[in-house]
Amino acid sequence: MMARRGQWVQIHSILLKAGERAPSVPSDTADVPLELRVRGFLQDGSASIGQVVRILTAAGRLVEGALEIIEPRHVHDFGDYVPELSQAGDELTIWLAGGDENE
Amino acid sequence: MSDMSYESVMSRKAQIMRASIGIEYDKYELEGIGFDYEGLMSDTAYPMEEITAIQRETGVGNTPLVELKNITRLVREISEPGKGARIFLKDEAANPSGSFKDRRASVSVARAKELGYRGVIAATSGNYGAAVASQAMKRGLKCIVIQECYDRTGTGQPEILEKARACEAYGAEVAQLSVGPELFYYFLLLLEETGYFNASLYTPFAIAGIESLGFEIAQQSRRVIGKDPNFVLATHAGGGNLTGTARGLIKAGAEKTSVIGASVDLSGLHMASDRDFNRKSFTTGHTGFGIPFAVFPDRSDVPRNAARPLRYMDRYLLVKQGEVFYVTEMLARLEGLQRGPAGNTSLTAAIALARELPEDSTIVVQETEYTGAGKAPSAQLTFARKNGVKVVRGDPLTHDVPGKVIAIPENPSQIKYTELGLDRLRESYIRELIKRQIVPSEKDLDYLAREIKLTRDEAARLLKEVSR
Ligand SMILES: Cc1ncc(COP(=O)(O)O)c(C=O)c1O
Repeated sequence: MMARRGQWVQIHSILLKAGERAPSVPSDTADVPLELRVRGFLQDGSASIGQVVRILTAAGRLVEGALEIIEPRHVHDFGDYVPELSQAGDELTIWLAGGDENE
Repeated sequence: MSDMSYESVMSRKAQIMRASIGIEYDKYELEGIGFDYEGLMSDTAYPMEEITAIQRETGVGNTPLVELKNITRLVREISEPGKGARIFLKDEAANPSGSFKDRRASVSVARAKELGYRGVIAATSGNYGAAVASQAMKRGLKCIVIQECYDRTGTGQPEILEKARACEAYGAEVAQLSVGPELFYYFLLLLEETGYFNASLYTPFAIAGIESLGFEIAQQSRRVIGKDPNFVLATHAGGGNLTGTARGLIKAGAEKTSVIGASVDLSGLHMASDRDFNRKSFTTGHTGFGIPFAVFPDRSDVPRNAARPLRYMDRYLLVKQGEVFYVTEMLARLEGLQRGPAGNTSLTAAIALARELPEDSTIVVQETEYTGAGKAPSAQLTFARKNGVKVVRGDPLTHDVPGKVIAIPENPSQIKYTELGLDRLRESYIRELIKRQIVPSEKDLDYLAREIKLTRDEAARLLKEVSR
């Protein structure tokens, strides 16, 4: 997939490599790089995923990084049905309605 | 172009800080270990009338105080006869961006504007980002929010993703980092690159902005309940919430009201660990921030932290993860209020505490926050399961293990708090100083006593004990 100039994209870059992490971090963190993801409008003519590009962010900064996602969507949601939670809620509703299910 | 290596940027910290806040912190340093906290607050922050005026300009504050009548009735039903305090809730979700953080951001952003900065930067994964973004836009400033958001696989904590969405909705740039305290390095880099204002959570203006919350609680309680509340419960993480609220209560003359901190117990999980990051089902209001910031406040992103919770905390209560999810469900089912996770931490502690108190005593839970995708209990519990955390029905006291098991109580009687004694925190406070070669001596005793809320003699005794 190709992104065109002016499109809203997400880029990715490495700020600190695995060996450059702060001395205080635990080993599982020290073993991986410090990564940055930021979104903005593509400044290059056109680009494919993985290509190093420049974007203009909402604050007006020019930032360089590898093109990661074109028009990223917000992926967080309300999650699955959680029976344990819904059961707890129903118990409380029954109590409020004057039922004897409480306790 | 200046050197961008980690060491080099960190070594420029003091000069970057000075340029980005506009406070001469050095002026307030005392001989020895201390600084003039009240001097710093009164010189650089604003009096209550000005804070209120600033907040009215952008629609912040003046939120309702709601009595939780059904929850109070439930508490009384499971308590001994005559027990069960009245519980009230300050509905801070009614602020523009949906939490009390608007109070904090409103004053910071007004200050940035007054000082002529073109933009503001905040390092936060929480509601504060959305608050700064919202306030900055209203005042025509640019805004960058830096979040710790992803683990090594690029998986983001749902609640933090939601905050990013909110920040972008207000028109801010969001820089999302993977796990690690070096976020501070990038924060400094951006301050230097942009010349923007450091809208830290911990400046005097930010904390002064929260004082209006405590002030309003006192005024509303007098109107609604007819007296000052006996207890105000504050969800505690970095300590600003509790500090600002307590200072506001004192300014309103509610000196007898006892201020209690509450956090979710996440003991055993490492805060800087990439692996533990997405096994945390709470992004704030937990012991991973609550304890470190209480015992060494000056770990923050400013030279001297204006949030100093041990000065104001009367008790510190811990609750379990599953209890907070249960109480969030309870708030929806019994009070018709869907509200976010953080405020429900202190509500959980309030329910447990209310059972021990006489019916004529009152508790104010001092905040709520907005909820929605990523923040709802179903979102967090689904995410927990995906990360290998078990979700069960069971007594949290015996079943809950942070990062491993979340136990949803089987009935409301299983909502309990555990008390973390303040003396333990006070000892840690002294140890943290000594660990950093900041060794308190005789001449620091007045400062130390104020910092840990003891008399001079008690502080002297504790210092001697710890130094032994
Ligand atoms: C809604 C809400 N409540 C409570 C807190 C805790 O506040 P503090 O970090 O000032 O202790 C936060 C922030 O982290 C929050 O966003």
